[in-house]
Amino acid sequence: MKAGVVVFPGSNCDRDVFDVLKDLNVDVKYIWHDEKKLDVDLLVLPGGFSYGDYLRCGAIARFSRVLEDIYDFSQKDKLILGICNGFQILTELKLLPGALLKNKNLKFVCSDCNLIVENNNTPFTRLYKKGEVVNFPIAHGEGNYFIDDEGLKKLKENEQIVFRYKVNPNGSTNDIAGIINQKGNVLGLMPHPERAFYKILGSEDGVRFFKSIISYFG
Amino acid sequence: MKVLIDVTLKEGIMDPQGNAVKDGLIKLGYDVNNVRIGKHIEIELKDLEINKAEKLVKEMCEKFLVNPVIETYTFRFEV
Repeated sequence: MKAGVVVFPGSNCDRDVFDVLKDLNVDVKYIWHDEKKLDVDLLVLPGGFSYGDYLRCGAIARFSRVLEDIYDFSQKDKLILGICNGFQILTELKLLPGALLKNKNLKFVCSDCNLIVENNNTPFTRLYKKGEVVNFPIAHGEGNYFIDDEGLKKLKENEQIVFRYKVNPNGSTNDIAGIINQKGNVLGLMPHPERAFYKILGSEDGVRFFKSIISYFG
Repeated sequence: MKVLIDVTLKEGIMDPQGNAVKDGLIKLGYDVNNVRIGKHIEIELKDLEINKAEKLVKEMCEKFLVNPVIETYTFRFEV
């Protein structure tokens, strides 16, 4: 399995994901936003503030050169992971439904966060138990997931809700923290599994997230 | 020519900024029912026929400037 971490101007969690994958002996490289080489099996859109997050979060990143062929890529047997700003970019790309609004209390939240694994039947969560509570940190000002009633119904019917907050930190619809596309290969989540990788940093619950991906590719 | 675009959150979409400003106005003694905050964008264009310009601005809005999941827009020209 080969992995690529996209680096946008303003990304700031790219090295965290890179290091985590490296520690798991994954063949991982950085992909600069202006390159167009998607010769990987796992593409990671990391957290941060791509292009300053001007206009709307992720709105400018969506037109970057690296993502020109992203729709074709998503049709293949490949995985796309969007963490935090990456999740916002995936909704702007319409690879995932809904949008991310300003947090309900208008504050940037940076804290540990308990999440419920709602669906462990995905390439990203197969090593967790359904209903298990895991601790991944959150750090965002615009993580308030919005989707209309009809869209929410679809998400539920297709079991696309993968993570939910135990205590809602941002006003997110239905406590949603992370969702997957219908095909089951594009996941976006606001919390940071890559920041829950080393015991010394507070939680190791994210280790199985990345090991799930590795085991998926076998 | 110049186009003036207003982007606002759709009805029913929570606007925490608007709510905070509403509370501020109420604290100042103004009796307001609701506040919604949006974005104002001004773009200078080459002079075009009005239908062509309208088409172009719509395209810009739908492609990039507005997220139809949460926002709606209006625009007018200043010639």
